[in-house]
Amino acid sequence: MMRRRHRSAAGPAVPTRSRLRPGDVLRVGSVGLRTRRQRAALSAVGISIGIASMVAVLGISESSNAGLNATLDRLGTNLLTAEASAGITGGDPVLPDTAVPMLKDVGPVQQVATTTPVEAYVYTNDMVAEELTNGLSVKAADPSLLNALSGTMAEGTFLDAASIRYPAAVVGSVAAERLGVDAVGQRVWIDGHWFTVVGIMDSLVLAEDIDRSVLIGRPVAQQLYDADEAPGTVYLRADPDDITDVQGVVPATANPSSPDEVSVSRPSDALAAKAAANDTFTTLFLGLGAVALLVGGVGIANVMVIAVIERRGEIGLRRALGATQGHVRIQFLVEAVLLAVLGGLVGVALGAVATTVYAVSQDWAITIPPSAVGGGLAAALLVGAVAGLYPAGRAARLSPTEALRSA
Amino acid sequence: MLELTDVTKEYGGSPPTHALRGVSLAAHAGELTAIVGPSGSGKSTLLNIVGTLDRPTSGTVRVAGHDTRDMTDRQLSALRARELGFVFQQFFLLSGENAVDNVADALLYRGLTAAERRERAVEALESVGLGHRLSHHPNQLSGGERQRVAIARALVGRPSLMLADEPTGNLDTRTSEEIMALLGELNASGATILVITHEHDVAARCRRRVAVRDGLIERDDQLQEALP
Repeated sequence: MMRRRHRSAAGPAVPTRSRLRPGDVLRVGSVGLRTRRQRAALSAVGISIGIASMVAVLGISESSNAGLNATLDRLGTNLLTAEASAGITGGDPVLPDTAVPMLKDVGPVQQVATTTPVEAYVYTNDMVAEELTNGLSVKAADPSLLNALSGTMAEGTFLDAASIRYPAAVVGSVAAERLGVDAVGQRVWIDGHWFTVVGIMDSLVLAEDIDRSVLIGRPVAQQLYDADEAPGTVYLRADPDDITDVQGVVPATANPSSPDEVSVSRPSDALAAKAAANDTFTTLFLGLGAVALLVGGVGIANVMVIAVIERRGEIGLRRALGATQGHVRIQFLVEAVLLAVLGGLVGVALGAVATTVYAVSQDWAITIPPSAVGGGLAAALLVGAVAGLYPAGRAARLSPTEALRSA
Repeated sequence: MLELTDVTKEYGGSPPTHALRGVSLAAHAGELTAIVGPSGSGKSTLLNIVGTLDRPTSGTVRVAGHDTRDMTDRQLSALRARELGFVFQQFFLLSGENAVDNVADALLYRGLTAAERRERAVEALESVGLGHRLSHHPNQLSGGERQRVAIARALVGRPSLMLADEPTGNLDTRTSEEIMALLGELNASGATILVITHEHDVAARCRRRVAVRDGLIERDDQLQEALP
């Protein structure tokens, strides 16, 4: 610096450097966009689509997982289902009478409720042909079942201590639809007897077979249809911390003589698997979004190369006005980055809108992950910078005389 | 102000073109000089070299006292930003910017603030008689007005030397005369101007006329009085 100020033998000191203020870099970098708005908008569309799809995919999968997790939280992951699988001997698939008291004795078990299959079929009325069973089954149930399954009623009430003795029925959500039941007080025909519907259940995510069943009280089931006293399926809630241990001891506790005739499942596993499946799809769609982003980047590079050719006169002029090669390079680089970031902003907005619309339609909480927004914009910036490198380099290397002559 | 010594310029190719074959020329402060010659005479090459947009094959070029031979590209850029002003036949105005911003852009690479640049741009536009066209865009201006904007842009940085390359080449006769009259006025108020032209009536406006032909200076006439 000091040396430059000294006069050398060759004459006065070399003039101070050309200087472009940082604020002016942005202004100069946006000249092209301001002059050709339509082209700028069109060339940013590719980036917009890429970013929008990535944000939407991340947002929708996140919202969906949030929805699943909310369901899991509400229903709990501590429900176990023990079912009697038909043994080699055949006959009614029921567990021994001792199953319920034995299971209740297991320390971490908090709640036990049961159903027993009833050998009878349910019909809308007594005129329906016997074989048209609609795929519905009749089960004898405990009044505690609703609680154990975290179920809710769409209409009416569940079975209680009184109604289990009378011909009263609670229908599952699918059964209600198939039987044409939409109000409490309607009657259904169960193999020779009329039952009055006292309640209609909401769909049970953790026990979908109940949705396709009509539940009646144990006493009335035994009286009218000679139903087994022993349970067919046991639903039990246990301390969430010990759930795996409980799952291990259930077969031997429920049926000590033949534990392999008891199948135990944890219904919440299916939901957790659904969330995992979501993640797989997310990765796939993110990949597709990345491809769109790449194509968008190539589009920007293409438009910038054309812009450099078209604006040779401007490049020559700026060199004549004192712009260095670096100033020309940064101008076109900033222009490419601005294009991409503008596209990215639009893409983030579109992705957020898509996520919101989808989440609302699915009744999920709207979750737009900040990492998707930040990551999307950062990706756009990076793509713009890479796309701008080559055209900006070309602009900078253009000789001033050539630029002015060919314009 | 400007000093060329034995400047030659060859362009590669087969056979190589000898655009300048040894030109020595000095222009002093306050002069209005016309470089005249037919197309292909080497006058455009001469302008590029004087404007430091191109380097000579041999010989020395001194602009405002600086020997340009060993200067880097960045130093030459700085030299152009400080000491030289350009006026082109095609104007080279940015269509997206108004007159003030077009003129202010000449100070862009000198690190001045936007407010300073605009203030000086307005002054420059007023001095070329365009005070009433400040926020007009180039497509709202006539050819003569556009060239006035370009001239304002060339003088706004108060350069040591203003280079005008066929400044009237795209203008009709009457407008040409106005532009030359303007250059004459600017020269009278102290600007050093070098005009490159192939039009003799433009050259007739200049007190000094340098005729170039086949890469050599053919004549260098110094008149006592330019045509009115």
